[in-house]
Formats: sequence, C-alpha cells, structure tokens
Amino acid sequence: MNCVIKGASYILAHTPDMVLENGTTQTTEKIVNPNSDYLKELPSHLRSYEDAVKYLPNQTYIGNMHPDELGAIPQPWTDARVEGLDKRTGKYGEIMPQEEFYILMQACDVFELVRLDKDFVAAHKEAFLANPVIDESIAARVHEGVDASEVEHFVNDEHAEPLYHNHKLVGYVKRAHDVDVNLSAHVMLENMVSKASAVLSLLHLLRQEGVNKEEITYVIDCCEEACGDMNQRGGGNFAKSIAEIAGLQNATGCDVRGFCAGPTHAFINAASIVKANTHKHVVVLAGGCTAKLGMNGKDHVKKGLPIYEDMIGGFAILLGQDDGINPVVDTEHTGRHTVGTGSAPQNVTSSLVTAPLEAAGLKVTDVDKYSAEMQNPDITKPAGAGDVPLANYKMIAALAVKKGELEKSQLATFPTEHGMVGWAPTQGHIPSGVPYIGVCRDDMLAGKIKRAMIIGKGSLFLGRMTNLFDGVSVMINANEGIKEEAGAVSQEEIKSLIGKAMKDFAASLLAASEDAE
Amino acid sequence: MGFLEGKKIIIIGDRDGVPGPAIEECVKTAGAEVVYSSTECFV
Repeated sequence: MNCVIKGASYILAHTPDMVLENGTTQTTEKIVNPNSDYLKELPSHLRSYEDAVKYLPNQTYIGNMHPDELGAIPQPWTDARVEGLDKRTGKYGEIMPQEEFYILMQACDVFELVRLDKDFVAAHKEAFLANPVIDESIAARVHEGVDASEVEHFVNDEHAEPLYHNHKLVGYVKRAHDVDVNLSAHVMLENMVSKASAVLSLLHLLRQEGVNKEEITYVIDCCEEACGDMNQRGGGNFAKSIAEIAGLQNATGCDVRGFCAGPTHAFINAASIVKANTHKHVVVLAGGCTAKLGMNGKDHVKKGLPIYEDMIGGFAILLGQDDGINPVVDTEHTGRHTVGTGSAPQNVTSSLVTAPLEAAGLKVTDVDKYSAEMQNPDITKPAGAGDVPLANYKMIAALAVKKGELEKSQLATFPTEHGMVGWAPTQGHIPSGVPYIGVCRDDMLAGKIKRAMIIGKGSLFLGRMTNLFDGVSVMINANEGIKEEAGAVSQEEIKSLIGKAMKDFAASLLAASEDAE
Repeated sequence: MGFLEGKKIIIIGDRDGVPGPAIEECVKTAGAEVVYSSTECFV
C-alpha cells in the first residue's frame, strides 16, 4: 500500500544567548582571538524575541505565510513586516522564547544533567505550562530549580556548560562522566538542545488533526548530532528518547544520519517502511543545532546586519498508509548521488533530478515545485554563499534546456514557477528539502499542485571519511484516490449484479406463480 | 601549453556551487599544479 504524508510540524526556538556561548564561530573566536572586534560588537547585533517572531522567513517556517507570499516581498527581509504576522504560533508550530526552551531542555533531561536557577524557574514556569502542547506528563518533569550558588559551583568548578538568559547565568548542563569526552558537558548540551527541539516538534505534530499517538509505532531521528559514550560514539538513539518524552508508548525507532541530506534519506526510509507494511505510522523528525548558531555572524556584523542565525529549528513529519486523500510519496523513483556520480555540478543535478524523472517517464517541467536547499538568502548572501535555492533552480533549469524540455527564454522564470525563495534558518539538515513538506501537503490537498520533488544534499567530506558529498531526492504526488486493483469488481458492478439477480429472482417468482394458476 | 602552465593553485570549492574536485579537474587541463583543494559548506 502506498505511503502518504499525514501531517507535518515545524518549530523554532529563539536562543540569542546560545549564539554567544555555543555557536562554533563564536567559541572558536574566543580561543583564537578573544579580544576581537567581532566579539565586542556581536551582542549589539542580537535580535529581541519580538523581532525574531516578526521576521517573515520565521513566520513562513511555522506556517503563517506561504513561501510564494514571502517571495513576493523584496529582499532583504530584515525590516520587512506584514501586519498580523507577529504571532508566536502558526499552523505548523511555534517560535518558543529562550527562557521557555531552557525549561523544556530541563524537562527532557532524564539524568539530572540540566538544572536551572530556582528564581528563573519561578519566573517562567507559568508561561511554559500555559503552552497547550505541554501536557501533564511533561509538566510533572519540570524541576523547581536550584540555588544560584549551585549553578555557579557547577559552572566554575565542575566543567558544566553555562546557560545564560539576557547575559545572566541561569542554569547549567553538566558533564555525564568524569573523563569520557563523548559525555562531556559540551556534547550533552548539544544533544539536549537537539532532543528538546525535536520533542517540541513532535508535540506540535501530535496536536494536528488526524494524528493519533497510539498508532505511531516507529520514529526516525535525522539530526546531525551523535549520542553515545566512549565505547560507541554514535550509538544512539535520539529517536526513542524523544518518543519517550512525548509519550509514544507503542513506538520504537532509530537514528538515520547523512549530514544535511539526513532528513531526505530518513523520509525515503520511512516511506518505504510504511509501503512495506512493516509499520503503519512512522514519524521522521529532527531537532536543531547549537553549533551553527551565528555561523555566518562575522559577515552579518561586518555589514551592520542582525544576527539572523539565532534560531534553533526542528520539524516532525507523520507518514502513514494510503487514505486516498493525503499526498503520496513515490518510493519507486528516487534520485541518488552515487559514488560514481562525481562532483561536476551537471552530474550532481542529473543524478538527483533528471535520472528519477526519466525513470518515471516524466520531464523536468512535470514537477510543479522543487524543494532543494531552502536556506534563507538573507543569511547566505551577505556571507558570500549566494542564494542557494536559486543556484539549485538555475542548474535544474539549465539541464532542462539541455534536454530540450525547456526553452532558453524560460530560464529566467523557471525559479519562480518551479521553485521558491528560501525561508529556513541555516541549521544544516533543517533547511534541506524538508521545510516544504508541510506547505506541499497543504497545496496538494487544496489542488494547487500535483507533483513536487524534495532534494537533500549532505557535505560528507566534513566528517573526513570521504571527499564525496551526497544527495538523494524523492517525489511527492497528489493523491488520486485509492485505485481498485485490476480484476476487482467495482461498487457499480456489484450494484448492477445485485439488481440483475433480484430482477431474475422476481421473474422466477412471477413465473412460478403463473404456473401455479 | 595551458594558460595556467607553471602556476600553483589553491582551490576552495563550494558544495552548492562548484565543488573542489570539479575545479581541480578543470585547472589541471589548463596546466596548473594544484597544491591545495577543498570543498566548503557554508550552510
């Protein structure tokens, strides 16, 4: 049975103090150039929570604005505002403020590694509990907090990672082992942030219409962190730990990794598991990444821009068996960058886009929307990395022209007609193809589009195991209803057969009665 | 003789643009000596 997309959620957490404390651009600068102008100027470029909420790409991410509407607004979007688009919540999720996110991190911790100052907890617990996605079981996990002196002790004397709010020390994440680097406070903090943001994504997914948490039997996490200890660095598994906090009593799961391509790999795996009937309902999810906070901050500060990379991202997608309504994942025609594909841009795009299309007997223009790398250009352009989605669309269009499927004159309009502007924060795996799945589902259910392609790319070379990078792609099609199997009898035919049988029966009764007379 | 004959080249490629190995192949055909090549990820 085909696999369909039954729901999708997207969340952000605004974490400005984590930019300063946990983003690797900043932590590296503190080591190599501690008195740099960048570190001095950076705090004045941090956004308030209100500004982060009003920022239109963030409103798009949580579902309050369609990507096409965002695309109609001139770039950069730094100061662009739309009346009414200043909401914390959207149809896909929410933008959680830092103080509540710290409490969520603590609530997601099952080893007493995260502790917050009791005054801080007292000041923000009520707001945290007022969130409709926070159920009783999570509320019961909130610790009342510890004395400020304990926080200072663990940070100053016990190698704990500090948690700051408005530059004030309000908590810590302590190490989980004395000598194991894989359980250091640094690793535990990164993993806890990823876990908490994935939990928040899952909680929002569970509130959506038609989602029943008892039915979910498998969860796949596809973030870019690794959890384990000195004997198994990436042993895992985030997925089950996230399912536990969200109360998915009937689920197990595993972690799938592939750098930024991880979500698309996980999405294809999950869809295949559903299609194989191994599991009927599978969730693919990921939390965000502290290391990438402020990643391009030097260029943003140099150009007088805000630190846009102050958001932790997350998402969760529910896949289930064909209901005749929701969009169908085409597991039979997937694109893949193979070992032999090479690195020439033309080969890369051919393997990911035109090869699966050819296999399905389709042309480039048969896909209504492509979702490649949906990074927000406000972030990447000032840093010299260009407009990443646009670069991908140009390459797809160029290949289409080469194959004779598109006129040269249509090159300029292809990105608008078959693509979108990027709106996702540069959180690695978070913008890679998957931000569009929620919008895609809605647009297909509304009959606006019929076919889309999700493309994920991953920089494997960063792990120093190979010089290769990677990519996979998958198509999503509007549901045309559950087709009857060949040879099966339709409802109309059954009605006709019954009608005929009754007519024959009536005729035979009539004949019998005439004979009797 | 290629127009990069005798030149030493440092390559920094971009995963979403032109990756290092692809640039490497091009400049080698122009006679350059590649002394360093890497691909960076900016996202």
